[in-house]
Amino acid sequence: MSRQAILLLGLLLLFLGVLTLGLALGAVPIPVWEVLSALTGSSDPQVETIVLGLRLPRVLLAAEVGAGLAVAGAVFQALLRNPLAEPYILGVSSGAAVGAVMAIILGMTVNSMFALPVAAFLGAVLAIVLVLAMARAAGRGLDTHVLLLAGVVIGAFFNAVVLLLVTFADLETFRAAMLWIMGSFSGATWASVTMVAVWVLPALAVLTGFARPLNLLSVGEQSAFHLGVDVRQLKIVLYVGTSFLVGVCVAGSGAIGFVGLVVPHALRLVGGSDHRWLLPACAMTGGGFLVFADTVARTVLTPAELPVGVVTALLGVPVFLWLLVRSEESL
Amino acid sequence: MSLFELRDVSHFYRGVTQAALAGVTLDVERGSLLALLGPNGSGKSTLLRVMLGELEASSGSVMYAGRPSNERSRREVASEIAFVPQAESMAFPMTVRKLVEMGRYPHTGILGRMGSADREAVDLAMERAGVADLGGRSMGNLSGGERQRVIIARALAQQPKILVLDEPTAALDLHFAMETFELMSELTEEGSFTVVVATHNLNLAARYATQLILLCSGRIEASGLPSEVITAENVQRVYRWPVVVTSPADLGPRKGAPQVTPLSPGTDHKGS
Repeated sequence: MSRQAILLLGLLLLFLGVLTLGLALGAVPIPVWEVLSALTGSSDPQVETIVLGLRLPRVLLAAEVGAGLAVAGAVFQALLRNPLAEPYILGVSSGAAVGAVMAIILGMTVNSMFALPVAAFLGAVLAIVLVLAMARAAGRGLDTHVLLLAGVVIGAFFNAVVLLLVTFADLETFRAAMLWIMGSFSGATWASVTMVAVWVLPALAVLTGFARPLNLLSVGEQSAFHLGVDVRQLKIVLYVGTSFLVGVCVAGSGAIGFVGLVVPHALRLVGGSDHRWLLPACAMTGGGFLVFADTVARTVLTPAELPVGVVTALLGVPVFLWLLVRSEESL
Repeated sequence: MSLFELRDVSHFYRGVTQAALAGVTLDVERGSLLALLGPNGSGKSTLLRVMLGELEASSGSVMYAGRPSNERSRREVASEIAFVPQAESMAFPMTVRKLVEMGRYPHTGILGRMGSADREAVDLAMERAGVADLGGRSMGNLSGGERQRVIIARALAQQPKILVLDEPTAALDLHFAMETFELMSELTEEGSFTVVVATHNLNLAARYATQLILLCSGRIEASGLPSEVITAENVQRVYRWPVVVTSPADLGPRKGAPQVTPLSPGTDHKGS
C-alpha cells in the first residue's frame, strides 16, 4: 500500500474518532460506549434523544460542510495557483450568503431543497465573477495581492448587503441572517443535513474525478493545455463545481472561513500536492476539522455557545498570516 | 504535405491596435529543426501559440497535418506535440519525478495508472534531458537551469513527434545551452522528429537549425537556410545594432555556419 493510501486510512479513522467525540461531548457529556450503543439503537431513550436527535444532525452537517469547504479551498488554490485562495477570503462565501438571505426574504423556506442552495450558488458565482473581473481589470492577471484585495473588498461589500437586506426584515429573519454572516450549526436539522448531502456529495465526487487535470492545471494553464487538457472547459467545470459547493455549504450553515485554507495546506505538507490524494483527504479532514471546531464552539463556554466561525478564524488567521509572509519571502 | 501550414496569419491582442502577427505565411517540414528569431516583442511567442492552437488567429488559416488543430481533441494533439514554455511557476511543492510523469497524461487512461511502458518513457525522458538523478528532489529547490531541463524531460515523456520550445536556453549556462541544442539536433537527425524553437541565441540557432525565420514587428523579415537569413544586413536591420557575421571553419554539424558578433557602437567595421 502506498504512503498516501495509509495516510488516507489514518485520516478516515481520525475522522470517525472526531465524529464520535462530537457526539459524546456537550452540555451533557455522554460516555463513548453509550454513544455507540445509541447509534446501534440500544440505549435509554433520553441518551438516544440527545445523541440521535440533537447531536447527530449537527455533527453530520458540520462534517458535510467541512468536507465541502475544504475541497472547494483546495480546488480554488489549484485553479488560481495561489495557496492563499479560499472561498471566504475570496468573498465567495459572502456572495453565497447574500443569495441565501435574498431567498429567505423573498419568502422561500429555510430548508427548501432547491431554492436556497441555488440562490446561494448564484450569489457565489456573482462574487467569483466580480473578483476575477477586478483582478483582471488591475491588469496583472492573477496577481496574489490584487486577488486577495479584490476578495476582501467584495466580501465586505456583500456582508454590507446582507446587513442592509436584513434591516428591512422581521426579527426572526434577522437572527437567521446573522447566523449566515458568522456561520453556525446551531440550526442543524435532519432536513438541512439532507439538503446539503444531496448536493455536496455528488459535487465532491465530480471534483475528485477531475483530480488529474487539476494536477496539470496547478502548474500553469499553458502547460496544462499543451499536456492535453481542455483548459477552458475544465475551468468552467471547476468554477461551477466549487461555487456550488460553497453555495450549498453556506445555505446549510452560513459563511464559515478558513477551513478551505488550513486543511489543504496542512495536508499538502503531510502527503504532497497530488489532487488524487489531496481531494479525498481534504473531504475527510475538513469534515473532522469542522466537527472539532463546532464541538469546541458549543462546549468551551457552556451553556453559552460561540459561532463556529469564530473558532475557525482564531485557528485560521495565524495560518493565513504565516502563508502570506512565506509567499512574500519567495517572491 | 507540410506538418504546419500557416497562410497569411495575423493576430491582434485585445485592445492593441498594433498587429502581433501580420500576414505570416510559413511551412514547417517534417524532420526539420526550425528556429524562430527576432527581437523582444517581435511575435515569436505569439507565432508559436497561434501555430499550436493556443491562440486563435485573427485572420488567415493555420493547419496542422492537413487539418485545423482545434478540430482535434487536446489529448490527441498532446500525444503528438509537446511544448516547453518560457517559464513555469510552481504554486505548490512537487517532486521532479511527479512533474515529469505529467507528460504521460495524454497517453494514460482516466485513472492515470502508470504502466511499465509509461514508467520506461519517464525514465528515458529524464535520462535524455539529463535529470535522471534529480527524481526525488523538489522542484522548488532546483536551479533555473535544472528546472528548465525537467520541463524538457516532461515534454519528452509525452513521446511527441514534434517538440516546440519557447526560449529554452534563456536561463541556461553555456554548458546546458549547448546540451539543449545538441539534444534538439539529435532528435531531428533520424528525419521524422520535428523541433520548433523560439530563441534569442542567434549563434546556436545558426549552427544547429536547418531552417531559420527572422521576425520583426510580427512580420517575417527573412527565412531560409542559416546562411541566407543570418547576414550582417538582416541582423543589423532587425536588431538595430552593428554586427559582423563570420563563418568559422569548424563548428560542429554544419560547417561554415554564420556566427554573429555584435560591435561597439561607432566601430568602423566596413572593412572586416
